Amino acid sequence: MALELVKEKWSNAVSTLTIGAIKEEGGTRQKVVQCGGEESLPFLFSEGKIPHRPVIAMEILDTPPDDWPLTLTSALGSAIKNPVEWAIKCEKEFKADLLCLRLAGAHPDAQNKPVDHLVKVVIDVLKVTTIPLILVGCGEDKRDNEVLPRCSQAAKGEKILIGEVVQDNYKTLTASVLADGHSIIAQSPIDINIAKQLNILITDMSLPHERIAINPTVGALGYGLEYAYSIMERARLAALSGDKMLAMPFICFVGYEAWRAKEAKALVSEFPSWGAELDRGVTWEALTATAFLQSGANIMVMRHPKSAELVRNHIDELMRG
Amino acid sequence: MALSGLDIYKLLPKTNCRECGFPTCLAFALSLAKKAVSLEKCPYVSKEAKQALDAQSQPPIRLALIGDEKNKSEIGNETVMFRHEEKFHHPAALGFIIEDSLLDTEIKERLLKIGKLHFERVGQHLKTDLIAIKQTKDTQRFIDVVTLISGLTSVGIVLMSQDTKALAGALKILAGKRPLVYAANSQTIADLSALAKENASPLAIKAESWDTLPELTKKANELGVLDLVIDVDTKNQQAKVIAEMTQLRRLALKKANRAVGYPLMCVMDKLASQAEVIRAGDYIAKYAGIILLNTFEEWAVLALLTLRQNIYTDPQKPLQIESKLYAIGNTTENSPALVTTNFSLTYYTVLGEVEASKVPTYILSVNTEGMSVLTAWAAEKFTPEKIAESLKKSGVEEKLKHRNLIIPGYVAVMSGDLEEKSGWKIVVGPKEAAGIPTFLKNLS
Repeated sequence: MALELVKEKWSNAVSTLTIGAIKEEGGTRQKVVQCGGEESLPFLFSEGKIPHRPVIAMEILDTPPDDWPLTLTSALGSAIKNPVEWAIKCEKEFKADLLCLRLAGAHPDAQNKPVDHLVKVVIDVLKVTTIPLILVGCGEDKRDNEVLPRCSQAAKGEKILIGEVVQDNYKTLTASVLADGHSIIAQSPIDINIAKQLNILITDMSLPHERIAINPTVGALGYGLEYAYSIMERARLAALSGDKMLAMPFICFVGYEAWRAKEAKALVSEFPSWGAELDRGVTWEALTATAFLQSGANIMVMRHPKSAELVRNHIDELMRG
Repeated sequence: MALSGLDIYKLLPKTNCRECGFPTCLAFALSLAKKAVSLEKCPYVSKEAKQALDAQSQPPIRLALIGDEKNKSEIGNETVMFRHEEKFHHPAALGFIIEDSLLDTEIKERLLKIGKLHFERVGQHLKTDLIAIKQTKDTQRFIDVVTLISGLTSVGIVLMSQDTKALAGALKILAGKRPLVYAANSQTIADLSALAKENASPLAIKAESWDTLPELTKKANELGVLDLVIDVDTKNQQAKVIAEMTQLRRLALKKANRAVGYPLMCVMDKLASQAEVIRAGDYIAKYAGIILLNTFEEWAVLALLTLRQNIYTDPQKPLQIESKLYAIGNTTENSPALVTTNFSLTYYTVLGEVEASKVPTYILSVNTEGMSVLTAWAAEKFTPEKIAESLKKSGVEEKLKHRNLIIPGYVAVMSGDLEEKSGWKIVVGPKEAAGIPTFLKNLS
């Protein structure tokens, strides 16, 4: 008796988000990145189209990071002192699909850098790179509302993905994104209802749902990974079953979370039973990403070039179908 | 497929005799459907009804047991496709492949290293489960290696061999230890089933194709072997492996297909160890019951055990610790006191940092029903009232001369209210646990 396959039939697809614009479209990128668009659960190719592979954005900061472990900074070299060099390195050497520039220096508790300076960093990074850009603020609402609209304006035409907006602070940036032709990152605190609500609020301001990415707020391996994992599965099941307000691609800040984990950072001298620290850190970031690929991640923001390479190879393997 | 209350009702006598303790047969049937009562309560149930209901009470994916009572790995008996629907029940057993071509000294070294691969995380003890012995040499060498290994370890064993004589010899040595016999194909199904039955061992089935799989499991059943494990070919492309495991789980759960209602196993191909960890990560997420690894690097195993812990955590029951006052280090009446939640992840993260600071400290864990600081605060489980009450109950007031309480930076907003309700002076601590060592050192 042959086995008869149990195939799921879905009524809806994930929306397709396009990041970047080439010259003919009013930008200066050499290629654009498309993500989402899938009609099935992750990598189940026989049940629906999966038109775009998950992509890796490598994260760079406007200001040298002060709390990254040596295993991470030494892989990036002196480029971390200069966002422009760092950006070039990510594109040319590390083969990133996209860049993710985090304006950490904008935070009032950090350097509180002037807006003009931050805008210039964005322009300079765009100038020296040809891959699409993701831009995130410092996470302090007031400051982000001051900085991000100016950056949005300066990047007009480049169709960047910019964020993040949250439930009680979305209007300012959504208005800018709408005016400047970009897309937006909607962040919700591991909560499917808030994710949906925020998407409704944003689309009510007439930003099309194809211009939204959901940040479900992931946790690192060992640090609450399973919460976001299940929220993503639930949201994706709802999306494929027809809920358009949850059908946006997921962006996961894997590197940010994974490199805060003790297991990624601790020295081998502190925890000899945990093994070599470089392999451990790289694996921590890569395995965090792997888990989220299986729960539906579309954009992975990563930090270590070796983890990014491992995950890229794994995506290649998975996409062979 | 589970029977509904009405389906069961149709099988009952429908006399409403009440001898089962329920007012009507329907009420009894509804309770049976929820598995809240046993069928034995009905003295008049027919043989046919009993059979139908017995079949229904069998799990859709059979539980397999490897190892002896003391060191048993239980896998299978899973009930859902997605962990949020209920939970994943039996964590995938992780094991290591040891080839018999290694020298005895190498095998001993390897076992020693594997024996050290266990870790404490969030109050749980994480360890690997199996040693798989793979035959690459002659019959006698395999039996010798099995003898060597069984003398050195008590964990569950997987015997990877196609050599019936070697397997028979190995099974004799491992009598009572229920090793998994790996693996029967259509040529060897009769012989290996006989061996597995004789030794009460579980048997892995390695079908040549999707179509022969149900034939092989049925054949094994007919030959008296019920505890089976289905081997999934990991040499296939990764997406195919995932699709296959998804299909097998769906067939078992959604179609109640008993011929494939067994736990799945993945034997890893030899890869660079990081690539192996990543592939194995997919298998942990997507339904493997057993994963056999080649790599035994500490970082690789730590990462995989942690992922397994995450995926198999009960989503309805966050890991919690007892909410009480914990004294960390040699505390005195002048030691600082800080408060956090009883969510294990939060508590152990805070604990780790307090220990790292080497400053003796009291940690008061408030019962937030396993919620983290911000979630608990938003859900009103971590409020000034609750914290004040915990302070009173904990007995911390008798232990300390001072009345200064450090609260998480994320709930700084409750400082004033908490001072009023508790009478303690509130000190706002760092937002992230990582800031605790510096914070504590600067206090003193």
